[in-house]
Amino acid sequence: METTIALAGNPNSGKSTLFNALTGARQHVGNYPGVTVEKKEGRYLRNGLQFKIVDLPGTYSLTAYSPEEVVARDFLVNEKPQLVIDIVDAANLERNLYLAIQFMELGIPVCIALNMIDVAEKRGVKIDAAKLCALLGAPVVPTVARSGKGKDELMDSAAALVKAGKASQPLAISYGSDVDRTLDELTPKIAAAGFLSGSYPARWVALKYLENDEQIRCLGRRADPKLAAELEAAVDRLSTHLQETADTYPEMVIADHRYGFIKSVLKQGVVTYQQDLSRLFLSDKIDKVLTQRFLGPVIMAAVVWGLYHFTFSLSETPVAWVEGFFEWLGGQADARLADGLLKSLLKSGIIDGVGGVIGFTPLIMFMFFGISLLEDSGYLARVAYMLDRVFRIFGLHGSSVMAFIVSGGIAGGCAVPGVMAARTLKSPRERLATLLTAPFMNCGAKLPVFALLVAAFFSSHEALMMVLITAVAWIGALLAAKLLRITVIKGASTPFVMELPPYRLPTFKGLLIHTWERTWQYIKKAGTVILSISILLWALMTFPRLPEATLAQFEEQRAAEMAAASEAVAQEVESAEEDKERSADARALKERLLAIDGQKAEAGLRHSIAGRMGTALESITHLAGFDWRTNIALVGGFAAKEVVVSTLGTAYSLGEVDPEESGPLSEKLAQTPGWGVLTALSLIVFTIFYAPCFVAVVCISREAGSWKWGVFSMVFNTLIAFLLAVLVFQTGSALGF
Amino acid sequence: MPRLNLRQMKENQSGVIAAVRANGELGRRIRDMGLVPGTEIAVCGRAPLYDPVALRLLGFTLTLRNNEADFIEVDVED
Repeated sequence: METTIALAGNPNSGKSTLFNALTGARQHVGNYPGVTVEKKEGRYLRNGLQFKIVDLPGTYSLTAYSPEEVVARDFLVNEKPQLVIDIVDAANLERNLYLAIQFMELGIPVCIALNMIDVAEKRGVKIDAAKLCALLGAPVVPTVARSGKGKDELMDSAAALVKAGKASQPLAISYGSDVDRTLDELTPKIAAAGFLSGSYPARWVALKYLENDEQIRCLGRRADPKLAAELEAAVDRLSTHLQETADTYPEMVIADHRYGFIKSVLKQGVVTYQQDLSRLFLSDKIDKVLTQRFLGPVIMAAVVWGLYHFTFSLSETPVAWVEGFFEWLGGQADARLADGLLKSLLKSGIIDGVGGVIGFTPLIMFMFFGISLLEDSGYLARVAYMLDRVFRIFGLHGSSVMAFIVSGGIAGGCAVPGVMAARTLKSPRERLATLLTAPFMNCGAKLPVFALLVAAFFSSHEALMMVLITAVAWIGALLAAKLLRITVIKGASTPFVMELPPYRLPTFKGLLIHTWERTWQYIKKAGTVILSISILLWALMTFPRLPEATLAQFEEQRAAEMAAASEAVAQEVESAEEDKERSADARALKERLLAIDGQKAEAGLRHSIAGRMGTALESITHLAGFDWRTNIALVGGFAAKEVVVSTLGTAYSLGEVDPEESGPLSEKLAQTPGWGVLTALSLIVFTIFYAPCFVAVVCISREAGSWKWGVFSMVFNTLIAFLLAVLVFQTGSALGF
Repeated sequence: MPRLNLRQMKENQSGVIAAVRANGELGRRIRDMGLVPGTEIAVCGRAPLYDPVALRLLGFTLTLRNNEADFIEVDVED
């Protein structure tokens, strides 16, 4: 059987770098079932050694509070890796060993990688690895993950430990007389009853009961309710006793003693300091500038703006290539296939749909590259630190800002990479609220809709309107987040307690691997779910088709126009050469024919399922000032927001309008009765807030770990959008606009 | 040595943690990061809006909100 090794360690201990150094390109990224924690696996091969390496999420502890910790613990217990390699930051030994101790308590063989030993030495921290090894009873190997130094020695030690194959004894340290007494009383009972013994050592189960571990308690109640009750009662007795005598709780005492144990180990000559620890290191000096009261926010604004530009400006060229390719593909389909359903499906359903989705890929790559750069360098933690006070008011987290900005907090972003940017958030409730509200920001696809309406009704205040639209999106998103956090996602804010890691230059290889993995995950998704939804939307707007009789009527009209014209003119129109100068008569005829085609497309759209939905919804949507045409356009906007413009074009018999050149449609709307400033405002508000496009919905579902949240975002957002639009329209009407 | 609440400590002031009164998840997180009685800490800065606070301890920098700092008592050096 292949040997499995788990790679564990604190966040920022250099774990990913070591994982990349060990496995190279032989990696596989997936998700742990049911949670959005990434699961990375890779292979290490050298001189006949072969290991499967599983990269556990970075954690500080093995409690059951965060999904990362639960995942790490469950993996260790259920998959029983032969060995854990615990990567510890040598400059930061005391806190890093806290996790190592917990692996040892669980009785898993541990091999310690004393990482970033070079940094520690530069800081004047000298560590006696041999002594630490002797005191902990586990191999300790100094490494420098960035350069790969020590990684082979580390794997040799690991191999030796696996080969020796001796079951390691769970580490039993003293947690003080009170706790020890209870542990000694409970452990034999647990062992005798075989309580949870399949997976966990008896003393560890007792320890977790004392630590108030919800996961173990639940398992316990299910396994043996009677013994579980007995254990809980014993813990309560100890808890009351400790509170009365020392104003403390068992879990506090246990943590204190773990640290006490570590301190006692380190004091036996393991660590010697050659310099004053309070000396300012380079990282602290950088912080004096980057988080300075006035300069800090200014630099942050510049960095955030830079990230935005990096994502959206630099990706323009590759996005244009991808779009160009799909346009060419569509053109090929157009030229080579006969008019009909197959062509329409291929062109509008498949090529446009997949093209639109793949078109996001360069954006996502640039976004992830930029965010990884900020994250790996340590700057993202400073952003959270500086902005937390503001975002906390709305039940969010300082890190939420990245998702908002990328989604279009600076108008013109995109919710798809934006939603993915929320991955850097570790607090579950704040993260969910961010995922659900980031799509309110004005992405690049909403801009053509605004441009159309602003040009038609607010042409003298274009700049002001765009600023207002951005402000409304921000205020709406923050207030909606607050609303969600006091209703659907209520609960105290997740503790902020966070490390500000030292600034580090990220490794280019790490950044590339990081970016590629995430982009590939997105592309895989695009291949399946998104293609089917795109086809479904196409079908909604195509079926049922107009009855033969109606189609025949349009044909007759065309024929009549052709017949009415002189032979020469008809010939001129029939000949397909577009660029040829036509006579005035021919142009007039062509226009009349196009008008008939437009009416046919309009009739077809109205006859389709989407059209019927739009018409049926008119009875409600007239409250917001929308007629069936607007309704269909909004249904179409679910595919991508700019489709609102082209669909409105079809609904107003103008044929498909290019969202970039909506001038004629704009004029048409301005002249159409029933359209006015108020309708436009109402539609702008609706467009800001209503359901995200389906690509974003798919991403939200993925990031939130459940389709439930994807559906929720569609319903919740549309409801908010509709209420606001009605509010605008009705208030305006009442005021007499 | 006077005992202060962590929130009341000034920038660059240092001391030794005397007690951590937080329970549950917050308490656990605080202790996981090494904020246990006996640990030396120094306040190394505050965010532009004076909250959260940044601390230096055990060779790394940690940040927590003021309302989280409320649970931590520190014996400060004068």
